[in-house]
Amino acid sequence: MSELPVELAIIGPAAPPRSNGEMVFDAPWESRLFGVTLALVEAERFAWSEFQQRLIAAVRRWETEHPEGEGYRYYERWAEALESLLDDLGIVAVETTDARVLALAARPAGHDHAGHGAGPVAHDGP
Amino acid sequence: MTAVPRTHDHPDAALRAEALESLLLERGLIDPNVVDGLISRYENDVGPMNGARVIAKAWTDADYRRRLLDDGTVAIGELGYSGPQGEHIEVLENSDKVHNVVVCTLCSCYPWPVLGLPPSWYKDPAYRARIVREPRRVLAEMGLALDDDVEIRVWDSSSEVRYLVLPERPEGTSDLSEEALAALVTRDAMVGVARVTSP
Repeated sequence: MSELPVELAIIGPAAPPRSNGEMVFDAPWESRLFGVTLALVEAERFAWSEFQQRLIAAVRRWETEHPEGEGYRYYERWAEALESLLDDLGIVAVETTDARVLALAARPAGHDHAGHGAGPVAHDGP
Repeated sequence: MTAVPRTHDHPDAALRAEALESLLLERGLIDPNVVDGLISRYENDVGPMNGARVIAKAWTDADYRRRLLDDGTVAIGELGYSGPQGEHIEVLENSDKVHNVVVCTLCSCYPWPVLGLPPSWYKDPAYRARIVREPRRVLAEMGLALDDDVEIRVWDSSSEVRYLVLPERPEGTSDLSEEALAALVTRDAMVGVARVTSP
């Protein structure tokens, strides 16, 4: 993609990495969150290291609260880290996200889709 | 740091992620094309085959091997692999006496340009805690039984340094091309939880 900065222009081989591993994301929202975070770093809204410190803190907090380690979900910790950083930086307040979540949840049934990769919404012809 | 209790184990993470993305989008803080491009890149283009090419080259080119062990970031950059989480990559050489294995005890630091994004088990609390406490046992559980006279070194990744393991070249591969060798190298071998085996 031409919009990507030079440092990300990594020469990519044809074979997908999952041939040598597993899917890197367990759910579409995880990949969106990942992409959004990296895009914010690229746009210099914050440094990766700032985000990483939040991630470390979020992971540690969860592990302190769950010493048995069951039910760990990495990208939920990632989400927590991103939300707290955006809140502290005054970019998006947590309350604003809360309100948006309620608004999205109130969508009529059938409209609660991720918005990417869905099939056609209309069809005409054979 | 501000506590954000409502995001703890919230039941609908997908909805929350969507809410956040829509807000950032409306405010012009992210470009959806850039987000799509970044996801596609890490799902399709950047992965362990990059690291596998590095390893295969090190196996077949003694000068490159030396450069790689001397300054991993620069030697990896020679093959065109660089970018986020690849700023300081140190390469650890396995031998019949020393086996290296990598972890990130604090979160999930990982050399993206050569390995892509980390697998689930690498991020899991159990691996991160146990590989430090009882590496020989954890490796055995993961299918890598090492003799007692092999020294195991566990390396903790950080935001400053990421590690890539240079596995031993398997026996009986002297006739293989660099490309054929690269096809043998797995992600797990480059993290240090597996060996590379002959075809």
